Amino acid sequence: MGADLDVVNLSRLQFGATAMYHFLFVPLTLGLSWLLVIMESVYVMTGKPVYKDMVQFWGKLFGINFAMGVTTGITLEFQFGTNWAYYSHYVGDVFGVPLAIEGLMAFFLESTFVGLFFFGWDRLSRVKHLAVTFLVALGSNLSALWILIANGWMQNPVGAAFNTETLRMELTSVAALIFNPAAQAKFVHTVAAGYVTAAMFVLGISSYYLLKGRDVAFALRSFAIAAAFGLASTLSVIVLGDESGYTAGEVQKVKLAAIEAEWETQPAPASFMVFGIPNEATQTSDFAVHVPWALGLIATRSIDTPVVGLKDLRAQAEGRIRSGMRAYAALQAMKRGDRSPAVLAAWKETGNDLGYGLLLKKYTPAVVDASDEQVRQASADTIPRVAPLFWAFRAMVGLGLWFLFVFGCAFYFLARRDVAPRRWLLKIALFSIPLPWVAAELGWFVAEYGRQPWTISGVLPTFLSTSSGLTRNDLYLSLAGFIGFYTLLLIVELYLMIKYARLGPSSLGQGRYHFEAPAQGSLQLQGGKHA
Amino acid sequence: MLEPETLKLAWWLIIVVLIVGFVVTDGFDLGACILLPWVGRSDDERRVVLNCVGATWEGNQTWLITAAGATFAAWPIVYAVTFSGLYFAMMVALFALFFRPVGFDYRSKLADPRWRSAWDWALFAGGLVPTLVLGLLLGNLFVGLPFRLDDDFRSVYSGGFFDLFHPFACLVALLAVALCTMHGGAYVQSRVEGAFAQHVGRFTTAAALSLSVLLVVCGGWLGSRLMGLSMEGVAAFDLMSAGVPLKVVQVRGGWIGNYEQVPVLLCVPLTALLAACVTAAMSYAGRYRRAFQSSAIAVIATLVSAGLALFPFVLPSSLEPQGSLTLWNAASSPRTLQIMLWVVMLFLPLILLYTRWVYRVLRGPVTVEQIQSHGKHLY
Repeated sequence: MGADLDVVNLSRLQFGATAMYHFLFVPLTLGLSWLLVIMESVYVMTGKPVYKDMVQFWGKLFGINFAMGVTTGITLEFQFGTNWAYYSHYVGDVFGVPLAIEGLMAFFLESTFVGLFFFGWDRLSRVKHLAVTFLVALGSNLSALWILIANGWMQNPVGAAFNTETLRMELTSVAALIFNPAAQAKFVHTVAAGYVTAAMFVLGISSYYLLKGRDVAFALRSFAIAAAFGLASTLSVIVLGDESGYTAGEVQKVKLAAIEAEWETQPAPASFMVFGIPNEATQTSDFAVHVPWALGLIATRSIDTPVVGLKDLRAQAEGRIRSGMRAYAALQAMKRGDRSPAVLAAWKETGNDLGYGLLLKKYTPAVVDASDEQVRQASADTIPRVAPLFWAFRAMVGLGLWFLFVFGCAFYFLARRDVAPRRWLLKIALFSIPLPWVAAELGWFVAEYGRQPWTISGVLPTFLSTSSGLTRNDLYLSLAGFIGFYTLLLIVELYLMIKYARLGPSSLGQGRYHFEAPAQGSLQLQGGKHA
Repeated sequence: MLEPETLKLAWWLIIVVLIVGFVVTDGFDLGACILLPWVGRSDDERRVVLNCVGATWEGNQTWLITAAGATFAAWPIVYAVTFSGLYFAMMVALFALFFRPVGFDYRSKLADPRWRSAWDWALFAGGLVPTLVLGLLLGNLFVGLPFRLDDDFRSVYSGGFFDLFHPFACLVALLAVALCTMHGGAYVQSRVEGAFAQHVGRFTTAAALSLSVLLVVCGGWLGSRLMGLSMEGVAAFDLMSAGVPLKVVQVRGGWIGNYEQVPVLLCVPLTALLAACVTAAMSYAGRYRRAFQSSAIAVIATLVSAGLALFPFVLPSSLEPQGSLTLWNAASSPRTLQIMLWVVMLFLPLILLYTRWVYRVLRGPVTVEQIQSHGKHLY
């Protein structure tokens, strides 16, 4: 079964591209929905119409973004089946569970009430409409929870075991699946990143109105809510950074060591490399500057747990690959109908390493006849390339600290009631709008690129997961379709978003905002001329 | 824990319920999109059509998403074989589905008539193409898909995109379009007033009559000419057949075997036919509530008829009938089925309750006057 590596790589590219594209829209939905809840709560409590206008205007932008989130989201649910058919068979019994729950618990909630959010204003009492907005926010955040439980299981596959008769992974504990530490850390970190994104979006656009000096009361109120929400969210995203989730599970440890370019195991607590240039060839880092103890504290939350280095992790993987060869041999015997005590005992001892054995399929289809050299090659595959992870992670952390600075300043000057004259602050808020998206995409890159060579860590290698029967041309065609469609839709979306953001609350047609008053004036002038 | 056989049967029912839920609700959104460029004679009228379904279509589409997710969880191998085997058909449906979320939201945000007209045709494609593809898929279940599973359960699929266009499958695709058009017309005419309702009613009547004819033709073809699968020696509805390895034979007219064994089941397809005719009559007579109710019954009965004909098969193989996937051999582990059954029992009633509430809040006619006075807050 020599899988066509081009098809594998193109499938990866297609999934990566469409998933990252989807995540251009998700974070704003996650955070803006809560900002709408906050604004509408203030409206319900105070009854001031400006807060209703805020909900409706930011809701309009929410809608433009939400439509793209739905559009790009359907793709992902199709793609497990279209491009990763063997994966779907191999882990559907486990992975399908959170996906189906996501549909039943979250998608329905979110998409049934989102229409009522837009069209229910005149048909619902204030409190009921607020409840609807809350349910939309709850639905979108619950959907993040379930998809991250699914994704967390790919990183740290707990609560499941391989069934030797059905030849697939099957669920053994749904509680372990749900309370997977990798999933929980991911969920908190990811939604908080979404909140930061939305807060920066509202802060930046409000700053634009303040810079232009229009709709100041509306803009200041929006700015205030975004600054407070953004500061709290940035603090959560940093404090609850999901490095803690990287210690759960073997492959997560590889990712952590790669992120930190931790070539050798250090005695606990490990030091943290603030600066350095990872060098794959020598497996060392040049110009390294270390802070003692920091990595051990950050990663393990303890002073006596060592952070295992890449060289040791590779040696461990080699052992597991050899054990995986025995597991594969036992499984082949069972497939032939041989369930003798010797075979069962061998399986019992080595079964957990089957996935490591499968890594050898890239070099020898029979697995069991692998040479020492092939085992070494396969063990080298278990270590992802260090530099992309090392740098992407540091860029993300740097951006996080920048957000803390922006929201910190915004909050400080807000508390001093001195925001409007700080034009430098308004400008950096405006130009920082795209940065949370960059940070979020970097975070996903670290999480998923760092998971390679696996789709399911330690269980199923990526190169075995694809659909058989697809050709390079199939992939080129669908990939071209996605790129063409998505680019076109993104242009349309950005055009509308920028147009409505520029227009501001005047787009609501309430007759009390910047672009509306002069329009009435000019009408009167025209009337005067005619008279 | 329930018996594995009971769980497997329950999951067949759940998947059928989710698919029926999708077509009964989103079917009329797809139909409204198909009708959009033809029934709306002015921009205001087209906006009336859009706003009839605009506030609720998103929740309706979730039935499709959830049906796919539930198939992934309950019948992983079915999900894997279908989506990868029908790669291009799925991509075409997917690309067409892209048009709806953005189409509804973006179309009326700019006033330029070229912009709006382009989105109207995009929405038309967003209604027509997925309906055609899903109809084609249903038709091909009866024809059989050219797949087999190797000894690792890896699907080997030996057909191309154009092999899907078997005459019978094409006929089912047309049937799906007639069905959704009827359902969309029946819904829109019940939400609009006066002359416009009558205007839409003519389209509904035509679609309902086409559906009746197509139901008869497809049923006749299934009963007489099309090769179908049949299980030798055991009755399809006999639960004892669950654990037995399949002894499958391919016979002409095999797909009506279940109806021959249990003739009382014939009342389901007959209900579909009758309800389609009633929908035509009620639309013509201007009794729009009744028309929508009978249209919904026609939709449900049509889908259940197809499910009963295929039972217990869910993915027949034309390459290796013996290796066809059934609800007995394609299911997930009993533990997964059991857990997911609890989840469905908890959430499905809840979903039905709040969906009902949302429709109640948003009930009432959509008129051209509303579009003109509240335009900025509507699609």
